[in-house]
Amino acid sequence: MEKRELTCIGCPMGCTLLIELDENDQIRVTGNACKIGETYAIKECTNPTRIVTTTVKVRGGKHPTVSIKTDKDIPKDKIFDCIKALKDLTVDAPINVGDIIYENILGTGVNMVATRKIERC
Amino acid sequence: MYDVVIVGAGVVGCAIAREISRYKLKSLVLEKENDVCSGTSKANSAIIHAGHDALPETLKGKLNAKANLMFDKLAEELDFHFRRNGSLVLCFDEKDMDKLYELKKRGETNGVPNLQILSGDEVRKMEPNVSDEVVAALYAPTGGIVCPFNLTIALAENANVNGVEFNFNSEVLSITKLEDGFEIKTKDKTIKTKILVNAAGVYGDKLNNMVSEHKFTIIPRKGEYNLFDKYVGNLTDKTLFQLPTKLGKGVLVTPTVDGNLLVGPNAVDIEDKDDVSTTREGLDDIMERTSLSVKSLPKGSIITSFSGLRARSEKDDFIIGEAPDVPGFINASSIESPGLTCAPLIGVMVSDIIKDKLKPQPNENFNPKRKGITRFNDLSLEEKKQVIKERPEYGRIVCRCESVTEGEIVDAINRPLGAKDLDGIKRRTRAGAGRCQSGFCISRTMELLHSELNIPPTEITKFGKASKILVGTNKESI
Amino acid sequence: MNYDLVIIGGGPAGLAAAVAAKEDGIDNLIILEREDELGGILNQCIHNGFGLHTFKEELTGPEYAQRFIDKVNELSIEYKLDTMVLDITEDKTIYAINPKEGLLEIHAKAIILAMGCRERPRGALTIPGTRCSGIMTAGAAQKFVNMKNYMPGKEVVVLGSGDIGLIMARRMTFEGAKVKAVVELLPYSSGLKRNIVQCLDDYDIPLKLSHTVVNIHGKERLEGVTIAKVDSNRKPIKETEEYISCDTLLLSVGLLPENELSRKVGVELSPVTGGAVVDNHFQTSVEGIFSCGNVLHVHDLVDNVTLESYSAGKNASKYLKGQLNKAETIKVEAVEGVRYTVPHYINPSTVEKDITIRFRVGDVFKGAAIAVYFDDTKVLNKKKRILTPGEMEEVKLTSDLFSQYPGVRTITLKVERS
Repeated sequence: MEKRELTCIGCPMGCTLLIELDENDQIRVTGNACKIGETYAIKECTNPTRIVTTTVKVRGGKHPTVSIKTDKDIPKDKIFDCIKALKDLTVDAPINVGDIIYENILGTGVNMVATRKIERC
Repeated sequence: MYDVVIVGAGVVGCAIAREISRYKLKSLVLEKENDVCSGTSKANSAIIHAGHDALPETLKGKLNAKANLMFDKLAEELDFHFRRNGSLVLCFDEKDMDKLYELKKRGETNGVPNLQILSGDEVRKMEPNVSDEVVAALYAPTGGIVCPFNLTIALAENANVNGVEFNFNSEVLSITKLEDGFEIKTKDKTIKTKILVNAAGVYGDKLNNMVSEHKFTIIPRKGEYNLFDKYVGNLTDKTLFQLPTKLGKGVLVTPTVDGNLLVGPNAVDIEDKDDVSTTREGLDDIMERTSLSVKSLPKGSIITSFSGLRARSEKDDFIIGEAPDVPGFINASSIESPGLTCAPLIGVMVSDIIKDKLKPQPNENFNPKRKGITRFNDLSLEEKKQVIKERPEYGRIVCRCESVTEGEIVDAINRPLGAKDLDGIKRRTRAGAGRCQSGFCISRTMELLHSELNIPPTEITKFGKASKILVGTNKESI
Repeated sequence: MNYDLVIIGGGPAGLAAAVAAKEDGIDNLIILEREDELGGILNQCIHNGFGLHTFKEELTGPEYAQRFIDKVNELSIEYKLDTMVLDITEDKTIYAINPKEGLLEIHAKAIILAMGCRERPRGALTIPGTRCSGIMTAGAAQKFVNMKNYMPGKEVVVLGSGDIGLIMARRMTFEGAKVKAVVELLPYSSGLKRNIVQCLDDYDIPLKLSHTVVNIHGKERLEGVTIAKVDSNRKPIKETEEYISCDTLLLSVGLLPENELSRKVGVELSPVTGGAVVDNHFQTSVEGIFSCGNVLHVHDLVDNVTLESYSAGKNASKYLKGQLNKAETIKVEAVEGVRYTVPHYINPSTVEKDITIRFRVGDVFKGAAIAVYFDDTKVLNKKKRILTPGEMEEVKLTSDLFSQYPGVRTITLKVERS
């Protein structure tokens, strides 16, 4: 990565950040109005991660789906594989907020947890 | 072999069907769409004209005023919404007064009762929102408004209950003349009939020209409309027409029978008989031209727009009667304004022709009365209490904007010729016709179609054929 | 049926208001909710970003809702589900129905309106074209995808770059659809920057600013849309028309407070917000009727809905205890860049520590300040690096300030550039 441009998401300013590798292979961030921008830029360029929220099917519950999320960030480039891994998953009701639906997704150490309560019907 | 096959389940086809169901006739209505009332009948001004517009020497002129007077009894028998609100033809220029008087005279010749010329001030006293540009108006107290869906569906249901069959998604592909009638081919079947009635709307020419050498051409004339929120529905109580000016035939501003405000139509001849799209030019045009009639139109209160095609032929009049060279082939074609108004009378006319030819026995079981879907919102508190006790589904509101209950939707699906798609439910119950335009109720309405008719949710359509709402389940294409 | 307090709506606003009223000592209260569960729109907002201020955690919508549902149950607050309010009369009689109990006649001493908002449909924009299937508001699509496991389409164009549109662009992508573009009429997006990055940029979904949909094509199902660039008057430029083939058009073009019931009972509505005109107690023009949440004005953050609704609930409780006096109120004027404020009126004698005025600006302002004037005197100047219409802002006025300026007749909020 030589140069990269990003929009900071730290606050509504949305500063345009310019990220470069300097002579000592250190990341240099310019364009940020505050420290949040610098921290964000470095993370986005070295190890961009995201929380993934999606739904999976439910069996025997009041609703046909349950909303779930990764209980921690996962690397951004694993998002679609994560979703693919959940494609055929069906979970049995009852489900409570926080229940682990899928452990250690894609070997990341991150679990998919339920974010909604689904009662049995 | 059928006695009668009617092609087209619009208001004219259904009116004819209802009339012939008074007799012992083996009858069938073939409709190419998924439901009745799918063509011009669903997209028009919803006006029951007083009858002063039509030229006296035309069929339109002869039928209009008489047909208008049928509506009170018909609305009671068939339980559809009709209101005689009265209409005003607005005149904007003193120089055009003679045209106004001419209309009055024409109306009187046509048998329109109680026509009056009012001054601009008298008009504004009657309707305070009428613009200051108006100098005079022709007041026709017998003008009315109707729900064209209610009307068509009521006629169809009554016909069906009294013995007429209906086949949908049954476009007529070919007609062969037989010794004693006709052989009709649709994609699913071959049907033989003694009499064939052409009520095929904008496709009426195609049907006629399949068998008759007396050809005619129908040019679809598109008319676009804007429909406004009920909050502004009382902008006018009377239907406001415009005296034709140099700019052409005017646009109307009218309350609808459900309390919305309707504005339109323009008039653009097109080629594509299936083109019911609205256009930017058309929608802007009707708003501009309406500004003549009323002081201001609350543009921010529009909830939807639509367009309809009138079946217009070079004859400039209804084409009703047996084709001169094809006995048994009866046209009820080229029906444009005042088609909706004249439909019940056209039904009688065509039925008389059939009666004359086939001399059928009366249908002793004919029941002229039809009870529509109980509209929960119109019930008194006591009646509401009672109906929920008997039918708990009436205790759950599905369409918030129009206060339509689950019970009404279930009824709409399960009645004769019941709703099979979302537009069918909308036209029978008004669920989805309100200000949020089905945003809130669509998933619940689909669930009811699924549970009542066993249609998989991914097969449910807006109006049949390929108009599906959903494409599949989540992650299916991953 | 008689209740001291009836809360109409069991979404985040209604839930918070109920909790606040109960904790302030009102026991005879009930929540009326039309869905078959509490939680309101949060139940379908499965993305995260909720609760940063309230719980110092980032929660998803359903998790946030569950916190309040648990609290409601803990406090034994009564509620009815599957119950739709049909009418409210001037004497605060509420008519509602549900399948089990039929028609209910409920007499209330105080009412909190918390009905939320609905989405603006295609028809209200008069977008010309055909009326095919495949056109839906983003929220309606969200319900299908998140609650019913059904996809409304495969190839999507989103009109409107507000948060719902952005969130749904990502959501549809996650479930296998291809989102071809998000089209935005204005030269800027009203959505959070974070959503632009994490919903569009992450998935290479183009954002077309200053564009709109000018035509819709498709006989039975949508086949494509024509978009065009717009000029400074937001009018489409014909030469820039471009066809995008798609089978789905999702609309995220505005939220409208759902005030049908408010109209029925004669509550004065603001033409700017579409919600009730309220004082600093969140009391409407009808005594004893309060309003909070999206039905009052459309919020961006549910945390603000919660704060506002806590206040409304507490004030409804005060009202029931006879503690809300009817003193002179001062009008709050929103001018020069400020589109509206909530509240619209302030009763200074009831300000305990401070009051929060929430507002939105009508344009993007960089390096400006929010100025508050008491009559002609500037009493507060809050510098803001950026102010945008998509972010609700607030200023706090302390009771000290009101003591310093007794007899003030008008409070004015405006944007001042430095």
